[in-house]
Amino acid sequence: MTAPVRSRWRLGLGVFAENRLALVGAGIFLALAAFSFLGPFVWHTDQVHTDLASVHLDPGTPGHPLGTDGVGYDQLGRLMLGGQTSIIVGLAAGLLATLVGTIWGAVAGFVGGWVDSAMMRVVDAMMSIPALFLFMLLAAIVTPSVTMLIVIIGAFAWLGPARLVRGEALSLRTREYVQAMRGMGGTSGRAVRRHIVPNAIGTVIVNATFQVADAILYVAYLSFLGLGVPPPAANWGGMLSDGLADTYSGHWWLLYPPGIAIILIVLAFNFIGDGLRDAFEVRLRRR
Amino acid sequence: MTEPLLELRDLDTEIAVRRGAVHALDGVSLRVMPGETLGIVGESGSGKTMTALSIMGLLPSGGRVTGGEILFEGRDLRSLPPDEVRRIRGVRMGMVFQDPFTSLNPTMRIGAQVAEPLRVHEKAGRAEARERAVEILRRVGMPRPDRIAGNYPHELSGGMRQRVAIAMALSCSPRLLIADEPTTALDVTTQRQILELIDDLREELGMAVILVTHDLGVIAGRADRVAVMYAGRVVETAATRELFRAPRHRYTEALLESLPEAADGERLYSIPGLPPDLSQPLTGCRFAPRCRHVTDECRAADIPLTGDTHQFACLHPAANQDQLHARVRPERAPAAERPPLLSIRGLVKNYGQVSAVADVSFDVAPGETFGLVGESGCGKSTVGRLAVGLERPSAGRITLDGTDIAGLSGRERRRMHRQVQLMFQDSYAAMNPRMRVDAILAEPLEIQKVGDRRARIDTLLDQVGLSRQVLERYPHEFSGGQLQRIGLARSLALHPRLIVGDEPVSALDVSIQAQVLNLMRDLQQELGLAYVFISHDLSVVDYMADRIGVMYLGKLVEVGPAGDVVRNARHPYTRALIDAVPTIDAPTVEGLTADGRARERIAIEGELPSALNPPTGCRFRTRCPLAAEICETEPPLTGDTHQVACHFPLRPARASGAEVAHQ
Repeated sequence: MTAPVRSRWRLGLGVFAENRLALVGAGIFLALAAFSFLGPFVWHTDQVHTDLASVHLDPGTPGHPLGTDGVGYDQLGRLMLGGQTSIIVGLAAGLLATLVGTIWGAVAGFVGGWVDSAMMRVVDAMMSIPALFLFMLLAAIVTPSVTMLIVIIGAFAWLGPARLVRGEALSLRTREYVQAMRGMGGTSGRAVRRHIVPNAIGTVIVNATFQVADAILYVAYLSFLGLGVPPPAANWGGMLSDGLADTYSGHWWLLYPPGIAIILIVLAFNFIGDGLRDAFEVRLRRR
Repeated sequence: MTEPLLELRDLDTEIAVRRGAVHALDGVSLRVMPGETLGIVGESGSGKTMTALSIMGLLPSGGRVTGGEILFEGRDLRSLPPDEVRRIRGVRMGMVFQDPFTSLNPTMRIGAQVAEPLRVHEKAGRAEARERAVEILRRVGMPRPDRIAGNYPHELSGGMRQRVAIAMALSCSPRLLIADEPTTALDVTTQRQILELIDDLREELGMAVILVTHDLGVIAGRADRVAVMYAGRVVETAATRELFRAPRHRYTEALLESLPEAADGERLYSIPGLPPDLSQPLTGCRFAPRCRHVTDECRAADIPLTGDTHQFACLHPAANQDQLHARVRPERAPAAERPPLLSIRGLVKNYGQVSAVADVSFDVAPGETFGLVGESGCGKSTVGRLAVGLERPSAGRITLDGTDIAGLSGRERRRMHRQVQLMFQDSYAAMNPRMRVDAILAEPLEIQKVGDRRARIDTLLDQVGLSRQVLERYPHEFSGGQLQRIGLARSLALHPRLIVGDEPVSALDVSIQAQVLNLMRDLQQELGLAYVFISHDLSVVDYMADRIGVMYLGKLVEVGPAGDVVRNARHPYTRALIDAVPTIDAPTVEGLTADGRARERIAIEGELPSALNPPTGCRFRTRCPLAAEICETEPPLTGDTHQVACHFPLRPARASGAEVAHQ
């Protein structure tokens, strides 16, 4: 107790850092982001023009450490380009879903009554439609672009956070500390600002990391089904799909690198989410 | 001499936690003879429950017995093969847990749950097991057991579920029944029924019982011998009468003095400080830091239990003399006739079809403590919430300082909250876990826009006896007693004239409870506060209150000066409630009443009627031994200072206080 008081962020960070896996997750994410976004400045490749003279070059070929794919793109450079799309779409769609879902769920939970019933029935109805089916339908109607992918994925991924936040709001609203505050003459506005939002924010942020991981997987699904962004743009899901066609020709370098990259980044976000969950748990903080 | 049924020798139990391990039990030695009831008493963290769980092999994850022996019928459970141990624990022992709401499987029918041990251990057939289950249910006093066997747990009341739990523990006719706080979650009148049931069954089946509880009163009336535990050790064991008559260990002595019913002056003895942290290595007497009689020797080395039948681990034991005496309680002077601070008239609150509060009226004078008692579901908490303006009444008037609070505008209403504050039972739940104590204490001042928060918070901390350092900490870093102090400080922040305490000490251990009660009284005198003190615990209310109101099923059945209501109850329900409270007073231990005669007690049978469809007229008439036809009409609350709502009051109204002297 005699130790100097540290800010709540520092205390939270301390708990996060105590979770080894969370640190590993953060490390993997930073490494993959650096690889995708900074890599192209170091490793210059042509990812626009096909080069049919050098298709399916083995890894280790001079100038192509990971070989080339079926139309002659350098595989290493292509992984970087694909990573950009995957990360951008994943982050943006995940955050969009969280934002929309949080607002929707919070309003339903706070207002309650028939508003809550109506809003949640909309969620139920949308959840009853298989997401993949809708993705395919939408992707067939509109031309996929990065923005379009973000909107499509975001438009369906918000259902989960909406339900989560509504439940949280419903339970927080009736907590005794909110009643205690009302007993002091406090208003509903204060209840939301000082008590409900700060207590719900942890859940929301933790959920957001999982949403990002899910969104990256959705991009991969869609691209795998051929509904992703058309070439010459690339993403890891699409690369995996292309690589699969070459499985039997022994071109393993087209299959494993994007697959491993997807696994790594999804794992990374899940680890980060777990760490954040601890960090937002006040009870785990020590001084 | 007969062999003990169960003997613990130097039992050590550890529980691994996030960082390190908690030494929950350290060298615990106990004996239980066949057919006897051993009471294990202690405050939270004393190891009483861990002892029970170690015997049953039900330690929480991370917990394990690290040393010593558990001898059951002469065989050490720690060295027998696991299959054998499982059989012994399943068949020869039975356990009843505290919370009957979570100890039964909600998806299984009662009959199937009671029959399960028979099918597992005795390989009984389905039909036979069911038949025997019904028989056991009959034995634990279930009305219509064959029908109840087909019910699910949620269809039964708490008391009924606890009977089912006991039935399950008894299904294989155990030699030893371990009851871990079996009545803590129940109301006093139900508690009495359950304790009597356990007693009867023990005699009938000749089994031994270990009764684990924090409630000294429960132990006093039921156990043959008592073991007192403190910080993972047994500090004293003796025959029950002997222990309560002449406690020798200084902890036991202090604990008995902390009880509200032990108060003979204005203040309770309160044990300072907190129990030690069991994850740290400890030497010497563990009670030394909180003891009044401590010397350097006490801290030097571990102190063994000494003595023959009355054992205690204390270097400076209390004198071996009679400490039980009928307590003389000074009658408090009645509050002078002043206009009431809070006046409640014809208060009604319905939740849909449920009648929670039905036509309740009472006054609270400035500086007075008004105690509100009753069992769960009687509407006492609802009255409290209505009085502080957290909810709006369905009908009736609440006047605060002459102003009807229903007619207030939003702004006036906010100002009204300065006058009345609520104090919660569970202060931890009533504080935002993400706010530090400084923010928690500043909140009422911010809401009411009161200036100079810093100075006010400093004053508040001084008033409740906490240091400035608590300001930087979060609620989870405090013990229950400290949290209750912080809660009290927050309630005081706005200089209220009335504090409504809803079970403010019910979650606390006896020694901590005494600290908080003393504090509340001191502040009352210092600040001229009025309290509405809501509690199910009659002895606490008796100690705190000037006047007491007794509620039953939404109705106020009796109101009067505290001493009169408790010692000269006029309503049969009040009397039954008082009789059900287990106490350690000399008369209870001796089996006699205060005036030396065996008194006929009033016991309530049956279940609380549903508030959905309460009985007409007097709501207590369905369970009242005195009920007659006239009780179908509603009795008015009559009397002068000591009012009662009953057609057949137990004693006539008194004109003066002349009779008080001989009580």
